[in-house]
Amino acid sequence: MINDKQLGRQASTPPSPRQAQKPASATVRVIHRLFGNQRELTTNLSLLSMSLPGIILLFIFAYLPMLGIVIAFKDYRFNLGILGSEWVGLENFRFLFGTDAAFRITRNTLLMNVLFISTTTACALVVAILMNEAYRSRMSKYYQTMLFFPYFISWVIVSYFVFAFLNGQTGLINRWIDALELDRIAWYRSPQYWPAILVFANLWNGIGFSSIIYLAGILGISPELFEAAKIDGAGKLQQIRFITLPMLYPMIIILTLLAIGRIFHADFGLFFFLPRDNPLLYSTTDVIDTFVYRSLVELGEISMAAAAGFYQSFVGFLLVVGANWVVRRVNEDYALY
Amino acid sequence: MTVSTTGQPAHLNRYRVQAYLGRFAVHTVLTLVGLTCLIPLILVVSISLSDELRLAKEGYQLLPVGFTTFAYEYILQEPGQILRAYGVTAFVTAFGTIAGLLVCSLLAWPLARKDFRLRGPLSFYVFFTLLFNGGMVPFYILVTRYLGLKDNIFVLILPYMVTAWYVLIIRTSFAQLPPELLDAARIDGAGEWRIFFRIVVPLSKPVLATIGLFFVLRYWNDWFLALLFIDDSSMYPLQYLLYVLMANINIMAANPQTTGMPIPTLSARMAMAVLAFGPALFTFLLLQKYFVRGITIGGLKG
Repeated sequence: MINDKQLGRQASTPPSPRQAQKPASATVRVIHRLFGNQRELTTNLSLLSMSLPGIILLFIFAYLPMLGIVIAFKDYRFNLGILGSEWVGLENFRFLFGTDAAFRITRNTLLMNVLFISTTTACALVVAILMNEAYRSRMSKYYQTMLFFPYFISWVIVSYFVFAFLNGQTGLINRWIDALELDRIAWYRSPQYWPAILVFANLWNGIGFSSIIYLAGILGISPELFEAAKIDGAGKLQQIRFITLPMLYPMIIILTLLAIGRIFHADFGLFFFLPRDNPLLYSTTDVIDTFVYRSLVELGEISMAAAAGFYQSFVGFLLVVGANWVVRRVNEDYALY
Repeated sequence: MTVSTTGQPAHLNRYRVQAYLGRFAVHTVLTLVGLTCLIPLILVVSISLSDELRLAKEGYQLLPVGFTTFAYEYILQEPGQILRAYGVTAFVTAFGTIAGLLVCSLLAWPLARKDFRLRGPLSFYVFFTLLFNGGMVPFYILVTRYLGLKDNIFVLILPYMVTAWYVLIIRTSFAQLPPELLDAARIDGAGEWRIFFRIVVPLSKPVLATIGLFFVLRYWNDWFLALLFIDDSSMYPLQYLLYVLMANINIMAANPQTTGMPIPTLSARMAMAVLAFGPALFTFLLLQKYFVRGITIGGLKG
């Protein structure tokens, strides 16, 4: 806490008082036009200096990569760098969309995200309504903890969990199948089961988070509405159907639209660690993000990776902007911007 | 049965029974859902406490078979790699959280100030990163070729330090501070930096605690940056080490230091996972209320 004093002084020194009083030069006048009088100028410069570290970090790690997407139109060579590599126009995209992979990863990404959004929304709503009913009970806190903790377990750890259930010889599920005297299933070699496994894992991970958001929404509904309904003789189910859900509709619509805005981005960890990057499962588990990673790091096909990455960023951006435009029309308060 | 024992009409009594049944159903469903969430955790902990030979024979069980802590003893006996990974993760988490909180809140404060002339453009500058990003490929090339940060410990910290979402949440909270306090400090001649550290930060402990915890878990749980940028095995963070162990499932069996000892591969693997998520889970349990508050304040709109 010693240097905040020093920094404070430093930040307030640059505009000397003499300059402000004399008929100022053109630049100084522009500065004052922008930032107001001397005191305002000092304040603004201090605030600007505070935000500087953040501005620089964002520039390096967010804005430079944005500019770097031009490599999708180049034949990238490591020794030539981004600027030096040859411009090839849409060649990389022609190459990407000429493969089966392009269709597969697009389909998987969209399909799995649609499944994730619908299952999570439906289950989170049910859980939130139940949690609201149990809100006064002592147990409420424990339910919340149990449902919420998976959100903070990393996908790497979850892959251990899934492995404990599904591995061929010792896995719990196959032991249960044994107990029922059915045929064992080679989970890690059967792509047809993976959409369901991933949906379940995603639900397990996200239900606590989503249900807490909806619970906050329910708790925000005016209790008078429920009182009035009760006096009119409405039962619990009727209250849920005619008050809770309609009051939550804007929230549901908006959260869903925002999720649709991100539908082109898959949760890399979920799709990479749980199927353990197993080529036998690619037909149902390979998504744009895992494809980009594999092309980039494992296969070294940088142009392919760059084209797929650009495709994702570009369509993803259009979707976010589109979703937000719709949200604004529904309810301006909920729009992202 | 037209009149019940309490003297009330039957339909009122039935209403009460229904209410009890309803409450019972609510608690049953919630308990079941909660237990479903817990089962993977129980399974993994049980495996880690099970006897290796019986695991191989009987498979994984929900309760420990032949209770033993041998897997943990085994891991902690030869701690080299794991201890290093713990060290890397602890450093990254501590440094990243403190530095990230500082940079994010310093960025959030001007954005919360109505008298900051660049507020509009700067908000957009921060916010736009939520809408669009360059993706993995340019990021990878930037870090490896242009910044030369491959196999540098700071590559695990710097990219996450400014997260637009956190900045927006902190800004929302800062904007609710009573302006009278700031005016009073200004009249006393305090500069902007002093106001920030002496007034804004102490008054915003709840939101800073929330975001701090988000940072802690983000850094603790991160494997992504190591996956892209760390090849040197002495700099593996915990999560990435776990991934490597999972990817090469026999790596433990191949460990030459363990010759002559029964190698608890099945249980040790799960014991590793427990050791990795243990601290994160503990942090979460201890400080859960901050998360809930953070999500309900800032989860919907920054």
